[in-house]
Amino acid sequence: MSQIRNFSIIAHIDHGKSTLADRLIQHAGLVTEREFRDQILDTMDLERERGITIKSQTVTLPYTDKKGETFALNLIDTPGHVDFSYEVSRALASCEGVLLLVDASQGVQAQTLANLYMAMEHDLEIIPVINKIDLPSADIERTREQIETELGLDGEEAILCSAKEGIGIEDVLEAIVEHIPPPKAQKDAPLSALIFDASYDSFRGTIVSCRLFDGSLRPGDLIRFMSNKAVYKVDEVGVFRIQREPRPSLSAGEVGYIISGIKTVSDTSMGDTITLDTHPAPAPLPGFREVKSVVFSSIYPIASDDFQDLAEALEKYKLNDAALTYQKDTSAALGQGFRCGFLGLLHLEIVQQRLEREYGQTFIMTVPSVQYRFTLQDGGTVTVDNPQYYPDPAAIIGSAEPYIRANILIPERYMGAVMSLCMERRGINSQSTYPTPGRIEISLEMPLAEVIVDFYDRLKTVTQGYGSFDYALIEHRESDLVKLDILVNGEKVDALSLIVHKARAREWGVKVCERLKKEIPRHQFKIAIQGAIGGKIISRSTVAAFRKDVTAKCYGGDITRKRKLLEKQKKGKKRMKMVGSVMIPQKAFVAVLKSDDE
Amino acid sequence: MMNNSELPGLYIHVPFCGGKCPYCDFYSVTTRSQMGQWLEALEREALLYRGRFSLFDSLYIGGGTPSLLGEETLSSLMEGLLRRFAFSSDAEFTIEGNPDDVIPDKAALFRDLGFNRISLGVQSFDDRELRLLQRRHSACQAERALDCLRRAGFDNVGIDLMYGLPGQTQSDWLRTLGRALEFEPAHLSCYELTISAGTPFARMREAGVFAPLEEEEGRALFLATAQYLADRGYIHYEVSNYAREKKSMCRHNRKYWNRTPYLGLGPSAHSFAQGERWWTVKSVSRYIDCLFKGRSPVEGRERLSPAQASLESLALGFRTKEGLDEALFHNRPRADKILKELCESGLVNRENGRILPTPKGFLVADSLPLLFY
Ligand SMILES: Nc1nc2c(ncn2[C@@H]2O[C@H](COP(=O)(O)OP(=O)(O)OP(=O)(O)O)[C@@H](O)[C@H]2O)c(=O)[nH]1
Ligand code: SF4
Ligand SMILES: [Mg+2]
Repeated sequence: MSQIRNFSIIAHIDHGKSTLADRLIQHAGLVTEREFRDQILDTMDLERERGITIKSQTVTLPYTDKKGETFALNLIDTPGHVDFSYEVSRALASCEGVLLLVDASQGVQAQTLANLYMAMEHDLEIIPVINKIDLPSADIERTREQIETELGLDGEEAILCSAKEGIGIEDVLEAIVEHIPPPKAQKDAPLSALIFDASYDSFRGTIVSCRLFDGSLRPGDLIRFMSNKAVYKVDEVGVFRIQREPRPSLSAGEVGYIISGIKTVSDTSMGDTITLDTHPAPAPLPGFREVKSVVFSSIYPIASDDFQDLAEALEKYKLNDAALTYQKDTSAALGQGFRCGFLGLLHLEIVQQRLEREYGQTFIMTVPSVQYRFTLQDGGTVTVDNPQYYPDPAAIIGSAEPYIRANILIPERYMGAVMSLCMERRGINSQSTYPTPGRIEISLEMPLAEVIVDFYDRLKTVTQGYGSFDYALIEHRESDLVKLDILVNGEKVDALSLIVHKARAREWGVKVCERLKKEIPRHQFKIAIQGAIGGKIISRSTVAAFRKDVTAKCYGGDITRKRKLLEKQKKGKKRMKMVGSVMIPQKAFVAVLKSDDE
Repeated sequence: MMNNSELPGLYIHVPFCGGKCPYCDFYSVTTRSQMGQWLEALEREALLYRGRFSLFDSLYIGGGTPSLLGEETLSSLMEGLLRRFAFSSDAEFTIEGNPDDVIPDKAALFRDLGFNRISLGVQSFDDRELRLLQRRHSACQAERALDCLRRAGFDNVGIDLMYGLPGQTQSDWLRTLGRALEFEPAHLSCYELTISAGTPFARMREAGVFAPLEEEEGRALFLATAQYLADRGYIHYEVSNYAREKKSMCRHNRKYWNRTPYLGLGPSAHSFAQGERWWTVKSVSRYIDCLFKGRSPVEGRERLSPAQASLESLALGFRTKEGLDEALFHNRPRADKILKELCESGLVNRENGRILPTPKGFLVADSLPLLFY
């Protein structure tokens, strides 16, 4: 029986986690040379297109150490981007240790720290690894120093590694078996397994990823979900070896999957404990902290009949992305939909694309909003993340919006352009440092709302792609807010309303009207688009009518030709939403997000 | 939706022309060698429908250029049709003709064969324009043909005209229209020149030889035409069609627009009956070949779903003066809002439970149906 080691690879984005996982997988001989591809654990199309990890992935590797002892290493590769940190935190709950990677050319960065803190919260053994030592710009000494001073770890102990060149891989493996403690597990205790991920398979039902803390499990066992008492009979258990690999059983300390024909999607919830129905654990495992959504947006099916479809897609989708929160929402203009919460803009974009690609959903997504806080005359406070629920202005005595601390790293020459962009976005308290000659790091405070709409695109434009940007939420601050309504042919389109800073309201009004004018196709009649605050019109634009499209002849009795053409156009209209008598293209609802130069 | 109270119509496609006009995308060939076989094939095709259509109240011989048929061919065609099919006593019998063929003998022949309506492809009373259109007649010939039809006793004559021609001004067009009115035609069809893919005109347009009308120019000409003819008492009963009085509206063509059944015989002819549409091969040779080998010349058919049928009703209804029954909109989302908007924009009127397009509404008839989906 092999010994077990459970660990995650954590780091700032792009520091080489998935590449190191590649080397460990190859070392274990898990894939043939022909099957191998770079970042093999990044299996999703979106991950490959963007070159980033979005989902944590587990893989079980066999390893024989220098002394000849055999091990099963359960490795979890995690994403580095802050928007996917919920993936990291759940992975950590299954581990006894982590490899904390630091890119030798970049040094310690924001997510290095954030992830380290998370590992410490879980009381994990931390093995620092300095990666990318092959790069000419690698500064190993400086990185060691940062590990000492900024992370408070032993810099001299850090393993030197090049995941790309395969340098230091043996050292990494030896350190894992030597330093990371084996799981403390009681095989004979009642089963308690923590659900940390899941996915839905239309043939086999929900496939649950879990870490067994106590007990063991085999096909035929009756399992019980402790939160809702649902009971299922286990069909198959196994481990992840790039593919799922069935095993006769799973036991305490192991990480693997369970298939038990779970067709009721809602029975599975992240952080729940699975136990045996016949011999239950006395209490569930602690589970996970709640996700705290940062950015909110509503989605509506294009055709209202598709609501149920969207609801089912969301439910299945959420199994595989626990960071998404959602609840039912109704818009007068767009009908029934969902208000969704995301961990950030990238997360929002990924959810949108995965729902489209993996679940074939087409929907309208509204302009994202942050969470505002209003103090009311009666002394109460309300939190509003949806402009639709903006309180009665007469009752508001105070309003606040979330602020962030932004860190922007740019070549020095773009300083002027970036500063004026930040000022335009109400940035304050800026400080700059020069981490390396020629580069400047600007740190400043900004309202989150100013960042979630096209800030990153604009930053990239003004720095010709050289700017990098990350942020952390700091607090809610007093702010003068108003609600901007948009009217199309006199009808208020609630899904287009925005909460904006008073000083920028007019600018927003003009921008939205101009954007919509570009996006709304000409109709048979002219369309007035207006921006209004509290009933007062502050901006307007007009879409001129088209006035002729008729074909002179209706080709004798050939009506088929005419009808087929209409049917084709009708399909094209699928991506439009009727608001009153006006067809608004799906993309118009988010067009206000786009930079002007697009 | 379907106007079942009306009797079906019969259409015959004569796929022969003296030359091919560079804008035309109707199916026709310029050799006459297959005329005899075409006629024989047509008789065989007619046999296939014996018993399926008991009584017609319109016959429309179109093409192509039906006036190209010689006396013998035309007589035998008519004799065959009358033998196989029954027509109501007041049936409308239309034949299309080109001015270059309509000489006194032909006019008399039409009369003798029982035609009571002639549709004459004049297109223009301007010789420059006629050359541009590569028509095979002059303005003078057109006038002579009209005179000769009148003398033969035809009072139900329709004149086909085209506007929006390269180099044509609005006053050029109104002059042509005025000349046509001097003949007090019972019917006028005024088509804007449409450049169809695959025609010589389409190639010329691609080569930059001429540009089609701008949206606003086309619109201005359309509205000027509508106004001009309305002022002179004509009824604008379909996008491109005008009648001097109610009874001179083309009974046959209206069946296409109000979804009354019709049977089409000949190559590239379309038929509609009992919720089904079908059409024949678009080639005289294949048409003849099929029928001589005892096979059906039908190339495609489709059974309309209720959704397709109602889409057709909308599409066709917005093209006609009668418009649409409001009931058609009852189950459509936001229909009330949209109709209100269309009324306010002067595109339709609502009267007695019907939605009636105005001339401005006709101008956007192609896209109006889509608003309701
Ligand atoms: N030169 C060099 N490049 C490396 C090394 N390790 C990784 N890279 C490169 O760094 C880039 C990012 O590598 P990944 O393994 O995808 O990084 P990651 O940490 O998994 O990134 P996320 O999952 O998005 O957080 C890729 O282009 C790798 O080829 C290394 O040791 N040396
Ligand atoms: S005569 Fe009529 S059918 Fe023949 S080519 Fe000319 S326009 Fe077409
Ligand atoms: Mg990765």
